[in-house]
Amino acid sequence: MAVSQMFITLQGVLTADQDIREEIRKVVQTLEQTAREILTVLQGVHQGSGFQDIPKKCQKARENFGSVKTQLASLKTKFPADQYYRFHEHWRFVLQRLVFLAAFVIYLESETLVTREAVTEILGIEAHRDKGFHLDIEDYLSGVLTLASELSRLAVNSVTAGDYTRPLRISTFINELDSGFRLLNLKNDSLRKRYDGLKYDVKKIEEVVYDLSIRGLNKEEAVAAGEK
Amino acid sequence: MSSKEGSGGFRKRKHDNFPHGQRREENENINSSSPVINYFKTFQLELDTKHDKYERLVKLSRDITIESKRTIFLLHRITSAPNGEEILTESEAKLDAVRQKIKQVAQEMKGEDMHQFHRAFSPGLQEYVEAVSFQYFIKTRSLVSVEEVNKQLVFAAEDKEEVKTTSTSDAQNNQLCTWSLKVTPVDYLLGVADLTGELMRMCINSVGNGDIDTPFELSQFLRQIYDGFSYIGNTGPYEVSKKLYTLKQSLAKVENACYTLKVRGSEIPKHMLADVFSTKTEMIDQEEGLS
Repeated sequence: MAVSQMFITLQGVLTADQDIREEIRKVVQTLEQTAREILTVLQGVHQGSGFQDIPKKCQKARENFGSVKTQLASLKTKFPADQYYRFHEHWRFVLQRLVFLAAFVIYLESETLVTREAVTEILGIEAHRDKGFHLDIEDYLSGVLTLASELSRLAVNSVTAGDYTRPLRISTFINELDSGFRLLNLKNDSLRKRYDGLKYDVKKIEEVVYDLSIRGLNKEEAVAAGEK
Repeated sequence: MSSKEGSGGFRKRKHDNFPHGQRREENENINSSSPVINYFKTFQLELDTKHDKYERLVKLSRDITIESKRTIFLLHRITSAPNGEEILTESEAKLDAVRQKIKQVAQEMKGEDMHQFHRAFSPGLQEYVEAVSFQYFIKTRSLVSVEEVNKQLVFAAEDKEEVKTTSTSDAQNNQLCTWSLKVTPVDYLLGVADLTGELMRMCINSVGNGDIDTPFELSQFLRQIYDGFSYIGNTGPYEVSKKLYTLKQSLAKVENACYTLKVRGSEIPKHMLADVFSTKTEMIDQEEGLS
């Protein structure tokens, strides 16, 4: 084959590749928009009045996850199913954000850590790689780390709003998360960098709990919890 | 003295252990058998498996790089050596060894998404493309195509041992014991861009050896490749456009060499050209003797 012919073929391949990337970028943009909307809804819990209608906010967020599902479904159709990691960088960020939002909703509802399977169900994607569009483990863990820093903020704000029991519950949750992450052998990559931030969230919450304890603000609750 | 050391060592060890023990207790307080901890244990396993595979691939890639580089050095000797065939067969043997390594990569990648680990072995593949295309050029004076490169990277389990191991695991292994690895278009392009550097060196070497035809062939070939890369321009990824600059420099060097050959060749009588580019003196002496 002539050299010029070869390069013409290669150029065709590269252009096709760019077209796929363009399509993906478009869908990812709408996904980012939806993710921002969900975040705005959930940010309401940080305000004093927001603590009463947490269930309502979660409900609303869950409704928004419906459109995330359809958007992710359309993203799936934009590229060959076995080339997930080829284009992974394009949706990595937004997927981590969506994991965080799903985890936040689940935490507000039931105060438990969302499982990877539950996240994939909320987002309408697969849990395992061989079945199609799935959630990479590192993306899941990154989303969970974002949840930790959000919760440390929530602990501070719940004290301001007069809810003195929540920080204690958050503290146990985050401590559990921390010991969970300690089990992992992380490589020196972005996930590890974000994990390094977790200790500051833990510290922050411990300070809040300390402030409450020293002032006896959580005494009744502590007794009640002990009786349980 | 030994007892002192012993106690010191003991104290040290105790000191080291202490925080860990405490931490473990702490963990037990938030009960270590909690669902979250168990859940993270599965993550630990998954992440470790993934990282191990990545490390193995990086190691293979480094081996591939080193062997390919050595093959290229070997092929450079061809310009001065009288026994070109010998060197070519030797390089073929070397490349076969490299392909065995690539086979191991292919085996690692069986059932995986190739692009997930692509970064681990892409440098090795590029170097391999460079070596293979260099050899192909020396043999045929043309550019090897992606398809041709990929054709050589389909491996069947020929060795008896491998058939055994696969047949014990699967009975219907006729399809299962072939592995293949595809060089991506980008890896191919980057490898070819590196090839041009080698061709430039080959050109200068052959001028030094008084070979007057090879430089012109090479400049012709390099110009074709350069045109190809300019055709792709910035539709390719960033790395490709970065190589374009070096490619231009290589091409300029080769073109200048050809220019010098031409100019000096036209104004100096044919038999004096040898003095300009050294060597070959013996042959010309003989000619003079004849005339």
